[in-house]
Amino acid sequence: MSLLKVRGLTKKFGGLVAVGDVSFDLARGEFLALIGPNGAGKTTCFNMIGGYLRPDRGSVRLEGRDIVGLPPRRIWRMGVGRTFQITETFRSMTVRENVQMALISHHRRSFDMVSAAAKLYVAEADALLADTGMEAHAGRPCSELAYGDLKRLELAIAMAHKPRLLLMDEPTAGMAPSERVALMALTAGIVAREGLSVIFTEHDMDVVFAHAHRILVLNRGRLIAEGTGDEIRADATVREVYLGGGAIRARDEADHA
Amino acid sequence: MSFYFAQLLTGLANASSLFLIACGLSIIFGVTRIVNFAHGSLFMLGAYIAYSVVTRLDAGVFGFWFGMLAAALAVGLVGLAMEFLILRRLYRAPELFQLVATFGLVLVIQDVALAIWGAADLLGPRAPGLARAVRIFGEPIPQYDLALIGIGPLVLAGIWLLFHRTRWGILVRAATQDRDMVGALGVNQNWLFSAAFFLGAALAGLGGALQIPREAVSLQMDLNVIAEAFVVVVIGGMGSVAGAFVAAVLISVLNAFAVLVFPQISIVLPFVVMAVVLVLRPHGLFGKPGSGHGAPGEPEAPLRHMSGRGRMALAALVLAMLASPAVAGDFTLILLVDLLVAMLFAASLHFLMGVGGMVSFGHAAFFGIGAYGAALAVKTLGLGMGGAMLAGPLAGALGALVFGWFCVRLSGVYLAMLTLAAAQIVWGITFQWQDVTGGDDGILGVWPAPWASSDTAYFYLAAAICLGGIWALRRVVHSPFGYLLRGGRDSPVRAEAIGLDLRRHQWAGFTLAGTLAGLAGTVFAFSKGSVFPDVLGIAQSVDGLIMVLLGGIHALAGPLLGAGVFVLIEDWVSRLDFWRFIFGAIILAVVLLAPDGLAGGLERLRRLLRRTTGGGAAR
Repeated sequence: MSLLKVRGLTKKFGGLVAVGDVSFDLARGEFLALIGPNGAGKTTCFNMIGGYLRPDRGSVRLEGRDIVGLPPRRIWRMGVGRTFQITETFRSMTVRENVQMALISHHRRSFDMVSAAAKLYVAEADALLADTGMEAHAGRPCSELAYGDLKRLELAIAMAHKPRLLLMDEPTAGMAPSERVALMALTAGIVAREGLSVIFTEHDMDVVFAHAHRILVLNRGRLIAEGTGDEIRADATVREVYLGGGAIRARDEADHA
Repeated sequence: MSFYFAQLLTGLANASSLFLIACGLSIIFGVTRIVNFAHGSLFMLGAYIAYSVVTRLDAGVFGFWFGMLAAALAVGLVGLAMEFLILRRLYRAPELFQLVATFGLVLVIQDVALAIWGAADLLGPRAPGLARAVRIFGEPIPQYDLALIGIGPLVLAGIWLLFHRTRWGILVRAATQDRDMVGALGVNQNWLFSAAFFLGAALAGLGGALQIPREAVSLQMDLNVIAEAFVVVVIGGMGSVAGAFVAAVLISVLNAFAVLVFPQISIVLPFVVMAVVLVLRPHGLFGKPGSGHGAPGEPEAPLRHMSGRGRMALAALVLAMLASPAVAGDFTLILLVDLLVAMLFAASLHFLMGVGGMVSFGHAAFFGIGAYGAALAVKTLGLGMGGAMLAGPLAGALGALVFGWFCVRLSGVYLAMLTLAAAQIVWGITFQWQDVTGGDDGILGVWPAPWASSDTAYFYLAAAICLGGIWALRRVVHSPFGYLLRGGRDSPVRAEAIGLDLRRHQWAGFTLAGTLAGLAGTVFAFSKGSVFPDVLGIAQSVDGLIMVLLGGIHALAGPLLGAGVFVLIEDWVSRLDFWRFIFGAIILAVVLLAPDGLAGGLERLRRLLRRTTGGGAAR
């Protein structure tokens, strides 16, 4: 059975169809890339799966259970981790404390008003930081980190809950090319070891073709292609979208007429 | 029927003057993001200046209207000076720090007005040519009211033209939406801010000037009008001039009719309307979620436990305080109890604002509910001091539980305004509900149990309770719950993304802060032996804000330092003539010298000293 089933996912903003009738399945342990030009609807798709945006139509089933309409925090509890396109961390805390917060939530101790937070789950937090190569930064204030390190920290935070599914929105945006490859290699290693599934959006095709098991291509809200790296590379429609949209646009308009 | 029509006209006339002051406030907030507490003072100045001009010029039609315009212009210049001399230096200070400066200005302007115009109320002249009443449907309507009804829309139309037909107006609207972008496009923000202050202040001045034929000019005008002006701005949506007009009409007309049904309601009605509007529309009727407050501040350093040396210094301070009854006189002990109460109150507000990121303009509500809870427990329920000391904080907790449910649904300035509304509603009820609360006469005879009735014994009791409360708060700040509140302040998105219901935690935090404020109020009630409605007033809330912001919002010791300095300075200057002026000037001086608060200022001073006395040795 697949981990995630997305069926007929649709979202309109005013008259614009941001995401129209997108359906796909995600298998356990699969590393799935969602690509497409700017404005294709990748992030909107992500936000609907993660509970940040309510779809107009369609269903999202996680292991058979419909999660549409649940708030992000409930979806997180069901085992869906998330990293952000623009990193979101607790700026006034250290790197380790950021991970400890996720662990405190994981262990449901967020209403504890007596213990000293900084002393909780230190070993677990350090282990997660070691997994992402961040152990040397553990005691540093989060606000001092370089952007690439923040991305790795977000990965460590997401892993704290032992997710079954990880949603990564442009995990390498704003990073240097060498860092990108390193981060995705790291992620791929974790995915293989823990057996979790990942959906990620990405603009860097090198990253996509190097790591994704399967690729979905979105354009103007529609799913236009699906397949392995080689299949996508060979796909004529995808080439048109990336190398010159005139033909697509003309055909699209012909469809509408 | 005709009576109701007359009532409607009265409401509309009131709406005009309310609109004038509120739209100035709204323009200033929209452009500069400063919540100008001194706006009521500008309104008052407008009234005084108009009074002087009109009574000196032999009040003909020309003299009267010239006086109105002269007052508006003069107050506009005062606003310009405020911006240029003080506020401009604070735009890079932490969010809301400018508030403290405007509080200081309120005090300074109070005493300047007292020195120039004296303490007695001044009765202004009628407007020449509009001094009589006309009969409409048989009801007498003052001609001046009709003129006012016309002036409101006229000013609105003028501002609309200014905002849509001039380059300056377009820039103001752009800055209201996204100040940083306007700066990035090369517009000189200083110039824009000064102009906004001039216009906003002139409108407040005009509003005040136009009041002189209708009400006596007095030193109470500033604080009387400011809360209602906030209400109008918030209901309309902060930064929206049209919104301010609609809200002013809504409030004034509702009020004109509500007093017919239930006369006591007029004090709380505006705040109830505001609360309802904010719960339904979190950014007011015409407001939009605005852009941020300019450049992001310096990131706050992670929380650390106190160093060994810090602990020792703190222990020494506490011991010195506890030993003070041996040497200090009774007056000092009473002052020390005030100090302890202020520290606990400020610490609870800091927990809410600094740690939780929920700014409250009405924290006195819970202080007062605690004080009244304890007083009523003694007087009505006949409980002893022990029972009352439980009832006080419990009442504070209950109040915070109820108001917190509404407040945590909002954020930023709207949250702050809703807390202000909460405090004003509680104040209004307390003031009106004579049978239970004694109204203005308060509740007397709330004395401690015999064993605690000596000044020394009560000092120790107060010290145990207040220091215990502060210690407990610190403990919570370091706990997972406190960390989470701070995290939610840093990034609500991240809190949600690690599976946390931030709003529920904020609600709990709000309740905890209310409980401890209630505890402070309880200790206060027994130390004074009586409770009056002003423990719930705006002034009490503002005192708390000054302590927290002046002390330094980013340091745990900040509120304690702020409370200490505040109480000691107040105790010292309040014996002097014109103490408000001196106190306000001190506040302004501190604000200008230490824009990161006392704690931040001291830290910088320490670093500076270390550098000058040889940095090598320190390493």
